[in-house]
Amino acid sequence: MLKVVEIDHLTIEYPDVKAIDDVSFTVNQGDFLGIIGPNGAGKSTLFASMLNLNTKYKGTIKFFGTDIRKSKNYLKEIGYVPQKPIFEKNFPATVNDVVKMGLQKESDENKVDEILQQLWIHELSERRIGELSGGQQQRVFIAKALVNNPKVLILDEPVTGIDQQSIDLFYSILKELNSKQNITIIWSSHDLDAVNKLANHVACLNRTLFFHGESDDFFENDELVKQYSEASMQEHMHHH
Amino acid sequence: MHRAIISGIAIAILCSVVGLFLVLRRYSLFGDAIAHSSFGGIALGLMAGIYPLWTAYGVSIISALIMTRIKDRFNISGDASIAVLLSSGIAVGLVIIGLSGGFTLDIFSFLFGSILLVSVNDTILILSLTGIILIVILLLYRQLLYSTFNEEQAKVSGVSVEKINYLIVFMAGITVVTSIQLVGVLLISALFVIPNVTAIMYGKGFKQTVIISMSFSIFSVVAGILVSYIFDITPAGTIVLFAIGIFACTMGIKSAGLLSRHN
Repeated sequence: MLKVVEIDHLTIEYPDVKAIDDVSFTVNQGDFLGIIGPNGAGKSTLFASMLNLNTKYKGTIKFFGTDIRKSKNYLKEIGYVPQKPIFEKNFPATVNDVVKMGLQKESDENKVDEILQQLWIHELSERRIGELSGGQQQRVFIAKALVNNPKVLILDEPVTGIDQQSIDLFYSILKELNSKQNITIIWSSHDLDAVNKLANHVACLNRTLFFHGESDDFFENDELVKQYSEASMQEHMHHH
Repeated sequence: MHRAIISGIAIAILCSVVGLFLVLRRYSLFGDAIAHSSFGGIALGLMAGIYPLWTAYGVSIISALIMTRIKDRFNISGDASIAVLLSSGIAVGLVIIGLSGGFTLDIFSFLFGSILLVSVNDTILILSLTGIILIVILLLYRQLLYSTFNEEQAKVSGVSVEKINYLIVFMAGITVVTSIQLVGVLLISALFVIPNVTAIMYGKGFKQTVIISMSFSIFSVVAGILVSYIFDITPAGTIVLFAIGIFACTMGIKSAGLLSRHN
């Protein structure tokens, strides 16, 4: 099985806190990995390091067998959908413009139409990005992430603040990308039900990794599910 | 007059294209700050007997790059760094002018523009710089647009965001000093900002917005120069008033509900 991502003894420290503490796991090609953990667990910090947005860490991160400190070429094989893309509401860019930003080569412009059709947003191609709903915008950002035929799709809590109908459509798209196109998906989420339905592997992160394995092994273990649920509940109560 | 119109059109195009990137990055007053810092460069050139625009180019580009570096390194907000740059340039300029005998007609022409006096050499320089900057923008269009839209995503996509940021600042510096001859130090930000803010209310996509902005800018410049020539009034103020007029009409159209929903 081809190893797509190898995280080895990753530790990320800030002056007052260890955001990630000695985390190690591997993602193989074709995996659909759901990373779950409460707020502040380090999920976004983990992704930032994997995506070369944060370079201050100990340990190693490899993509396709190469340490990302040595080469950034792996970024061309990654599609990334952030939690809530921040952009100027009145930014004068159409859906077409935004998806084209993801193209590595201008000669691949006909791919934009293909991907918009695939995600059922072709009729929105000439609309401004700022006037779309949250769910529509997320599909545009998925389109942008997919337009270069990435081998790995990384999504950081991509359905935050989106209506349920759009979430269901979004999840069905992810499932199809993984099952039919063999795209490796690494996805962080709070939604245990969705992770249970979609992911074939689960990683439970709360600064340290307290589970990584097949999702059946996690969800059939009541103790583990309870432990995660307690941690989430404590986090929820702490913030409210 | 022909040289003034040709130079004015080139500057209008340059200010629209470069200015749109600045406006969308929330750096609307950055052009103003560079213009004020170039005032220090102009004063230095006049005192040293060097053609003031050369010293203005040098000082404004260097100070803009340094300010950008300091802003990133020490995490200073954009508006604060603009305030520092703006006041430093004027302060240096005023001290140098004081040391060299006070305000002269030359200084006033740089403060308020003097497009009707533009020479053949100046026109060639303006056209050359406009051409070079437009070619650079065309070649790096995707990287410039992506990093302006969302820096983080551009970085993940492999765009060298830091280098692009410095490039934009560099191009802004060139554009500002080139434009001083048209509208002067005091009104330069008007040409960067007003046509672009107006165009954003009309255009859907980026290229469409740029074309609309250039159209507004060119109209303002040509109409401003012609009207100022006929009525013997300052071109700089007239140009800016035309730009403001277009903006005001757009506001009226928008208030009447005649602009589409996305505006």
